[in-house]
Amino acid sequence: MASSMYEMGDYQTAQTLETFGFLPPMSQDEIHEQIAYVLAQGWTPAIEHEHPSRAMSDYWTMWKLPFFGETNLANVLNELEACHRTYPDHHVRLIGYDNYTQSQGLAFVVFEGRG
Amino acid sequence: MSANYQAGVKEYREMYWTPDYVPLDTDLLACFKCTGQPGVPREEVAAAVAAESSTGTWSTVWSELLTDLEYYKGRAYRIEDVPGDSESFYAFIAYPIDLFEEGSITNVLTSLVGNVFGFKALKHLRLEDIRFPIAYIKTCMGPPAGIQVERDKLNKYGRPLLGCTIKPKLGLSAKNYGRAVYECLRGGLDLTKDDENVNSQPFMRWRDRFEFVGEAIQKAEQETGERKGHYLNVTAPDPEQMYERAEFAKEVGCPIIMHDFLTGGFTANTGLAKWCRKNGMLLHIHRAMHAVIDRHPKHGIHFRVLAKCLRLSGGDHLHTGTVVGKLEGDRASTLGFVDQLREAFVPEDRSRGVFFDQDWGSMPGVFAVASGGIHVWHMPALVTIFGDDSCLQFGGGTQGHPWGNAAGAAANRVALEACVKARNQGREIEKEARDILTEAAAKSPELATAMETWKEIKFEFETVDKLDVG
Repeated sequence: MASSMYEMGDYQTAQTLETFGFLPPMSQDEIHEQIAYVLAQGWTPAIEHEHPSRAMSDYWTMWKLPFFGETNLANVLNELEACHRTYPDHHVRLIGYDNYTQSQGLAFVVFEGRG
Repeated sequence: MSANYQAGVKEYREMYWTPDYVPLDTDLLACFKCTGQPGVPREEVAAAVAAESSTGTWSTVWSELLTDLEYYKGRAYRIEDVPGDSESFYAFIAYPIDLFEEGSITNVLTSLVGNVFGFKALKHLRLEDIRFPIAYIKTCMGPPAGIQVERDKLNKYGRPLLGCTIKPKLGLSAKNYGRAVYECLRGGLDLTKDDENVNSQPFMRWRDRFEFVGEAIQKAEQETGERKGHYLNVTAPDPEQMYERAEFAKEVGCPIIMHDFLTGGFTANTGLAKWCRKNGMLLHIHRAMHAVIDRHPKHGIHFRVLAKCLRLSGGDHLHTGTVVGKLEGDRASTLGFVDQLREAFVPEDRSRGVFFDQDWGSMPGVFAVASGGIHVWHMPALVTIFGDDSCLQFGGGTQGHPWGNAAGAAANRVALEACVKARNQGREIEKEARDILTEAAAKSPELATAMETWKEIKFEFETVDKLDVG
């Protein structure tokens, strides 16, 4: 690396939304694959949404209840889209509840609200 | 029924070698790798270890007859060959639970690895594993928070945590040090860390460091919208100063503090863990001095024992080595003690060096920290080896980035998330490492630059302490 110190990049701080916040937005297929992963682990899919101005709080608003026992990917996707249509300016995230660890096996923002 | 007192020296095996003994569920069991002096029978060596680590002394004393030594004595109950080693053997010893003070790892180790290690009939002695009975585990508090609580506090799910040890490890002023912290955190790391030997030296007193780091954390949180922390090292010359530093770390708003459990000692560690539980603080544990104790294959204490002791004494993170980086660590053996940190039950598995079933009951789990000489090219292997409940801890692999700490941090974060995403898609990320990182780097100039910088660096040396296999 013989690049001059004036050629280096300037890193601009980004507002990010935790897991997968540093990757480009996912394609439809990539979102399907992550939902499929949640279901394959036996985790319970759940959806939450919140206005970007309140994104730092622990509790976002739940969209309905977690979808206990759900195994159909299309149903989860429909609910994500319905939540996004209803709250277009909110962040919408998918959660995989793991009842064994009493934690979330995965949580990532599927639709970013523009606030 | 009383016995007669006969002064003199008896062979240990008459009393302490009990091959018919069936261990109780409440017994504390230990496996020692013994290497006796030439000509000493194995049973005598094993019995001597049992005696010297429990009730015995070299000569019969009259006051033994005032108690029931049959109840209190340790018993050597099994001897096994060490695969591929004719000189040494494994001795299994059972200790009654009443030999140990409740909740005191200090007391357990003082007995088990006390005088016996200097015993003349032994050439070498190594404590390979301890089975703690669930009854004893229930007397220990364990991790102040545990993996699940820490994830909830820090809002990190579905991936390993990302950390970085601030360098140079010694010599920065407090304000310059806080700058390095801020740059790492704004770039996408979750946590940064004091190096272990940063305590409170003349160039940077602890109170100044804590204040500047506190500001760095808050600014990075506000700007990124993510939760951040820095392990403020409260390891101190004495417990009073340790607690004073811990209190101030809480005051500046840092969610996590740090301690060196071996140089600080188990009594200090257990006390600090209790303080953390009481004050809602997370506790990161470094392991300076461990290789002095655990690296020799025939003498000392295996790290799996130290890891179990730490989980009982209390800590939310523990350094475990990286397998792939600059420091010693065999993959199967590392996975063996990583399980002991995180799982509720670990079955015996000699292929991982696990000598006993270990039931941890409801004791919280500890994050495994992989730290030492790692960079973005290691990410696929680290995610595969350590899984989500780990903290991948960079140093030069963040701050050595040609554009600085923030860009280095972003490169780490992009690489990590690309690996997690690919793993979830069902890809074999170790085999496809180059493709996965190259795809991610196409959208991240920070990662592309990091990959170019570290493409040649490898740490491939044979492990000194290998598992015993034939």
